[in-house]
Amino acid sequence: MCIDCGCAERTEQAHHHHDQNQAGRTIRVGEDLLAKNDRLAAVNRARFAEYGLLTLNLVSSPGSGKTTLLETTLRALSNELRFAVLEGDQQTANDAERIAATGVPAHQINTGAGCHLDAHMVGHGVDHFDLANLDVLLIENVGNLVCPASFDLGEDCKVAVLSITEGEDKPLKYPQMFRAAELVIINKLDLLPHLDFDLETCRDYLRQVNPQARVIELSCKSGAGMETWYNWLREQVAKKK
Amino acid sequence: MHELGITRSIVDIAERTAREHGGTRVTSVTVEIGALSGVIPDAVEFCFEACSKGTLLDGARLIVESIPGLGRCPDCGREQEIDNHSFACGDCGALGLERLQGEELRIKELEVD
Ligand SMILES: Nc1nc2c(ncn2[C@@H]2O[C@H](COP(=O)(O)OP(=O)(O)OP(=O)(O)O)[C@@H](O)[C@H]2O)c(=O)[nH]1
Ligand SMILES: [Mg+2]
Ligand SMILES: [Zn+2]
Ligand SMILES: [Zn+2]
Ligand SMILES: [Zn+2]
Ligand SMILES: [Zn+2]
Repeated sequence: MCIDCGCAERTEQAHHHHDQNQAGRTIRVGEDLLAKNDRLAAVNRARFAEYGLLTLNLVSSPGSGKTTLLETTLRALSNELRFAVLEGDQQTANDAERIAATGVPAHQINTGAGCHLDAHMVGHGVDHFDLANLDVLLIENVGNLVCPASFDLGEDCKVAVLSITEGEDKPLKYPQMFRAAELVIINKLDLLPHLDFDLETCRDYLRQVNPQARVIELSCKSGAGMETWYNWLREQVAKKK
Repeated sequence: MHELGITRSIVDIAERTAREHGGTRVTSVTVEIGALSGVIPDAVEFCFEACSKGTLLDGARLIVESIPGLGRCPDCGREQEIDNHSFACGDCGALGLERLQGEELRIKELEVD
């Protein structure tokens, strides 16, 4: 049951009735196929703005380290900023349990067969949090570099996580996702000595796809580069106040 | 991407619109799919028959109108046709092409009885 998304009651759009009996009529539609998602995303965005909340949508391929990044960040910063985390996965509540173990409120959304979060799920998901007493809402999307790019959740920006075990050409292979991100985090830097991954090539590919993106290289494991990410986060929160 | 979801929303919107207009059957639906939208027309066509079964669109024809991608160079200003893998201006090599057209994903019109 909800007011904003109209999933309980149906919103009838204004329309003209044409000659009801005339066969073979053409009806002009002109409706965007993502319009419903975009409408709900706008509702979410307005709600987050009301509370001055910074909202990040974390996207990546499976296993690049989104949950680890969140756990590490929450352990480091939750005495300084008030966080909540929405976890999106097809199955299991594992990630929400990992977040809850840090003491930060977490809610798991299971998408089942769905390969991305949409604005409707997020709108209901945040009902589990006290938005008035938060600074940052972190949304971990389903691990998938394709369609989460097309679904606005109402976030301030997308943060793409790319781990160096995936190879440096991911930005070229999944340009829509890397174009949509304002910040790209290159994770698992500690593994660099064991791999052939070339950082400079990866940076260059990212620049081709998205010259505006900010890039931060770090390792959740060793802690290298984490302070740069924390400072970026602090700056974004400060902009909201 | 998720062409199945996209195809379902084509069917949902078309059914709703047809009903609002007193239609009892949709004989064709025309959609516009931009080259930069990330949606593959073939995959939508593939899903369409299954998604339209048992709806007002059962047996309807799906017409896909492709819209080419159009970009503008931020440096030299040249407009050029682009796809999702065009990163640099074909003339001067500048990056960060502005997208003018091609991200469309729309239902254009329906034929109803
Ligand atoms: N060596 C190394 N391993 C890491 C690092 N960050 C994460 N990992 C490991 O990578 C694996 C996947 O990490 P997760 O945080 O679960 O990845 P995820 O992106 O949340 O995965 P999904 O939610 O399933 O898409 C785990 O075994 C982590 O311990 C890192 O900086 N260095
Ligand atoms: Mg995870
Ligand atoms: Zn509801
Ligand atoms: Zn709802
Ligand atoms: Zn999807
Ligand atoms: Zn140019």
